[in-house]
Amino acid sequence: MPDTTVLDGVAHEPGVAKPDPILVADGIVRRFGGLTAVNVDHFEVQRNTITALIGPNGAGKSTFFNLLTSFDTAQEGAGTFDGMPLRKVAPHKVARKGMVRTFQLTKALEGMSVMENMRLGAQEQPGESLLKAFVPPLWSKREQEVTEQAHELLHRFKLYEKRDDSAGSLSGGQRKLLEMARALMSNPTMVMLDEPMAGVNPALTESLLEHIVELKNEGMTVLFVEHDMHMVRRISDWVAVMAQGQLIAEGPAGTVMQNKAVQDAYLGEHHDTDLSEDN
Amino acid sequence: MDILINALEQMFTPATAAFAIAAIGLNFHFGLTGLLNMGQAGFMLLGMYGYAISVREGLPMWAALLVAMGAAILFGLLLGWPTLKLRGDYLAIVTIAASEIVRYVGRSNTLVDVTGGSLGIKGKDYKGPLEGLSPFADERITVGPFTYHGSASDSWWLRVVAWTLVALLLLAFWRLSNSPWGRVLKGIREDEDAVRSLGKNVYWYKMQALIIGGVIGALGGVIWAHGSAVVADAMGRPTTFWVWTILLLGGAATVLGPVVGSVVFWAALSLVRAVAKAFIPESILPSTAIEPFGLMLVGVALIVIVVFRPQGILGNKKELAFHA
Repeated sequence: MPDTTVLDGVAHEPGVAKPDPILVADGIVRRFGGLTAVNVDHFEVQRNTITALIGPNGAGKSTFFNLLTSFDTAQEGAGTFDGMPLRKVAPHKVARKGMVRTFQLTKALEGMSVMENMRLGAQEQPGESLLKAFVPPLWSKREQEVTEQAHELLHRFKLYEKRDDSAGSLSGGQRKLLEMARALMSNPTMVMLDEPMAGVNPALTESLLEHIVELKNEGMTVLFVEHDMHMVRRISDWVAVMAQGQLIAEGPAGTVMQNKAVQDAYLGEHHDTDLSEDN
Repeated sequence: MDILINALEQMFTPATAAFAIAAIGLNFHFGLTGLLNMGQAGFMLLGMYGYAISVREGLPMWAALLVAMGAAILFGLLLGWPTLKLRGDYLAIVTIAASEIVRYVGRSNTLVDVTGGSLGIKGKDYKGPLEGLSPFADERITVGPFTYHGSASDSWWLRVVAWTLVALLLLAFWRLSNSPWGRVLKGIREDEDAVRSLGKNVYWYKMQALIIGGVIGALGGVIWAHGSAVVADAMGRPTTFWVWTILLLGGAATVLGPVVGSVVFWAALSLVRAVAKAFIPESILPSTAIEPFGLMLVGVALIVIVVFRPQGILGNKKELAFHA
């Protein structure tokens, strides 16, 4: 089990350094025309924890998330992931290094079967090279391993019965599960989830939360974007709050909710919400 | 009866094979990868020029084939390099324009010594090497209701070569589309960002697909040239649209779709023309109007496919179809 006390000595202030950061972002600025969408001086994610990135709508969470995963390029600043500089690195290279992401609008590959979706998530399949693809003996062994791994994950995510169905026939929640299971096919070290609970029914939310905690127990680091406080309190070890493109607070969920700046940031749209209680 | 035999003949002409080959190429682009290549005729024309000019200048046949394929590779690199990083529509715009540029450059008077200008390159300048390989007699041979020359031009030999090539390319398409490589391409067709997030170099895969499909298009051009001649204007926009019609008719992303599409397309076109000629009086449809009338019906047929069978004859609606 992961050490849950590792963040105990860390100060509750934005941009604070962590004992063993896996992901570090420095001086990230992203402008769209005249609008500065993201302006984060420093941000670190502790290895093998669940970190939530929260903030009101339009706070720049998703933009920041895209910058961290290299799906967007910042005008200034850079990050490092597990020692690898991220400045102007193609997103697929970041993924190969062990950071996989999911999307706010679920990207199940609908024209393909659930199984093919899963197999696509695997790395180091020699048959993905054009010339080797002509010679099945070069890749059929790896394909067998990949298939077994996919079966395991599909059992775990309760999609095994659906394995031969086209991904387009799954429900919205099942697609979320498929996307997460597919991401795990690459045996990542860090999983980035963009609003994993958005549009998912309560029963499935429970199982998604369990799956996320399970990722941490298996040694992975999780960073997720969310705006439902309830979810955040349940599972996150650490919460980073963004507002107007900047990091305004960091700390454990309970502390962050009491923070004056956070309450002010949320007041604009949730003036009748009691942030300190589950509701 | 003659009408039916004529339609049957149309099913297996070298031109039908050439279009099937070009559609197999387009199947790599669109069927597997979702690339909107609107300039397949440009790839075909480059293949024709590459082969015909090389043979005329004295290169052996295999080298001429390499030149034809090399020209398609360069064209693919040139088109793909700036556009494959952008959204799909840009590739469509660039390919349609670039293939028209190839045609206009080919037919221009400035290059008349190289490409033969608008008159093109005559068959005798480049058909020799392939016809020289023919094992068939150098005379007209009749099999059943069909009579063709053994080796020259629109011959039995060319039919054998063309359909053998079709078979080999179908085999290659089947192997690749059912491999992990093909799986990556299908993923890109569905959603490139998802595939990127799984650690695949999407740009490079799209480039590979564009080049492979283009090279196959060039081979289709070489076959077409052996059945008729190298004329730039035969490879205009209509040719590209016919290749698209054939692929969508047969069923994109299926192995046999391009062949079924090409066979049905050319047989139907021949049938429509013959029936119109035989049964519609001259006073209503003059003979000069039969050609455009046939093509018009092809257009109507395409609309009917899109409405009633959006996945084509063989296609799988769940995998790839027109969406409203």
